[in-house]
Amino acid sequence: MEKFETLDAIVAPLDRPNVDTDAIIPKQYLKSVKRSGFGPNLFDDWRYLEPGEPGQDYSKRKLKPDFVLNQPRYRDARILLARENFGCGSSREHAVWALEDAGFRVVIAPSFADIFFNNCFKNGVLPIVLDAAILDRLFAQVEATPDYRLVVDLEHQTITTPDGEKLSFAVDEFRKYCLLNGLDDIGLTMQHADEIRAYEARRKTEAPWLFA
Amino acid sequence: MSGRTLYDKLWDAHLVREDSDGTALIYIDRHLVHEVTSPQAFEGLRLAGRKPWRSRSILAVPDHNVPTIHRERGVAGIDDPVSRIQVETLDQNCSDFGITEFHMDDIRQGIVHVIGPEQGATLPGMTVVCGDSHTSTHGAFGALAFGIGTSEVEHVLATQCLIQKKSKNMLVRVDGEATAGVTAKDIVLAIIGEIGTAGGTGYAIEFAGAAIEALSLEGRMTVCNMAIEAGARAGMVAVDQKTIDYVAGRPFAPRAEQWEQAVTHWRTLKSDPDAEFDRVVTLQAADIRPQVTWGTSPEMVTSIDGRVPDPAQEADTVKQTGMRKALEYMGIQPGMAIADIKLDRVFIGSCTNSRIEDLRAAAAVARGRKVAPGIRQAMVVPGSGLVKKQAEDEGLDRIFIEAGFEWREPGCSMCLAMNADRLEPGERCASTSNRNFEGRQGAGGRTHLVSPAMAAAAAIAGHFVDVRDLV
Repeated sequence: MEKFETLDAIVAPLDRPNVDTDAIIPKQYLKSVKRSGFGPNLFDDWRYLEPGEPGQDYSKRKLKPDFVLNQPRYRDARILLARENFGCGSSREHAVWALEDAGFRVVIAPSFADIFFNNCFKNGVLPIVLDAAILDRLFAQVEATPDYRLVVDLEHQTITTPDGEKLSFAVDEFRKYCLLNGLDDIGLTMQHADEIRAYEARRKTEAPWLFA
Repeated sequence: MSGRTLYDKLWDAHLVREDSDGTALIYIDRHLVHEVTSPQAFEGLRLAGRKPWRSRSILAVPDHNVPTIHRERGVAGIDDPVSRIQVETLDQNCSDFGITEFHMDDIRQGIVHVIGPEQGATLPGMTVVCGDSHTSTHGAFGALAFGIGTSEVEHVLATQCLIQKKSKNMLVRVDGEATAGVTAKDIVLAIIGEIGTAGGTGYAIEFAGAAIEALSLEGRMTVCNMAIEAGARAGMVAVDQKTIDYVAGRPFAPRAEQWEQAVTHWRTLKSDPDAEFDRVVTLQAADIRPQVTWGTSPEMVTSIDGRVPDPAQEADTVKQTGMRKALEYMGIQPGMAIADIKLDRVFIGSCTNSRIEDLRAAAAVARGRKVAPGIRQAMVVPGSGLVKKQAEDEGLDRIFIEAGFEWREPGCSMCLAMNADRLEPGERCASTSNRNFEGRQGAGGRTHLVSPAMAAAAAIAGHFVDVRDLV
């Protein structure tokens, strides 16, 4: 997993609540057995005029001009502003893979769905929860200011706006540690293999039917 | 010290270790696997030179991509080459790692959340995970069951554990008795309408109260299935005699002495009377009428005698935007009577509503009636090969076929339209599935979520109708 330390990047606003993972990456792209290449299909139904299929030449597809991420000013965005309950619905990790593949490393929203939130950390993407009122302000600033950027500093847990305002955010200590160091958590769990074996030995006596 | 909730008990029993900040390692008893969210996990395992910690804890089945016709051709019958590769990849991974898999031509094949309980592979007191958000279904057995992402699938394969922090406890109590024609689906849609699609975020929900106790295990599975649609990764119901009777004799269930030992333990799987919940929500079953969703989120729901709401009446501007976008997508107007919504297709199936009881409820409405001429397609997709066989033994297939429904082979089908079953742009469907998101049943398709009885009634009438007027 790629490390996450700081990010200074263009911000794109996606102003609607309950954005579900079906919208982030539609089902036809879940047939892939790979982890990469989902970026061109991020928000596929909103991004393109016609429904797409895997394997198409994406450069030939017509874009919906009014979709926010199709606007030239947001082309290089790596930070996404979103609304309540972002990433709800299906557990598909492809949603995070698509965001990451399209360049997004940070999503800022008032709330996230649990599974999506969790999936982000496994892929070097940082989901940040801020108060809805702060989000309202950021949305207004992004829309009013061309090339609006934010600086996200994970170590110090701060977001700095272009006028120098510092916003602080919370992050789970263990997840922060994994993200800062780009750590694979399977390796970390494997360090506790003896404890897992001891648990199993105890459970085999307490609940032998689970091991039949 | 106050008593423990059911969730507390399940959590405590599976805790391998816990750090001072609450980050915990939880042991997983049952790992269910399907073809869509597992290939990258197996690939990761191979790349790291790892193998599954306990292959015998895993049960695999292809369900999302499988066609619901011409199954006699097996994997070769999947026309879409990309889908076929995904199913073949699952077959190969299971064969390489010694994992039990019900193949496409096995009568036990079906939707992963239907076959787990059907086989007794889901047992009370277990932790059950699957790379699928509707894993919450299995909580109906007093199990701790939740959906995980692909990285976590790989983590469970490699370590038999998950890294988690404990959720908060929520109790959703549905008191009293539901009226005739009001089903588990209507109850859970009403709950989601009440607490919202993010209402359960960060919580494990226990469903309780007389109306939940009165449900069969099939009904409880329908309720727990949609816990995720209320934002909760896990939903659960306490164990009672019905739970134990359901599990008894199933192929993977314990036998003889171990059965007695297990049952003694299972009877403790309920919240203590003095257990404290972080949040309690109470509904009266008598107030719940048959439900129909009108928008593109399951919380956008009302009763069959209701009307499409007006965004102008919504004070919250973010919600108002969501409502406007939803109505525009759904192609309906504020104030329109739900009963005036005309349909193009009807889908009866999915891990929410494809069990034998669901098919019986739909057949009871369809019996001796005909699908309305305006309906382009009405299809019934049983949840598993064994559900299909039982339905056929009971003659339900004849009832459906005579009424003009298509009788299909088991799979996820048009719930998410990964196989060939899908809506065309602009088509409107009454569906017994769990998500009415934009494009869920096919790009541009419009989904209204209902119970199996309500879906059958809509097929007969050509528009939504109160099933209580038909039976």
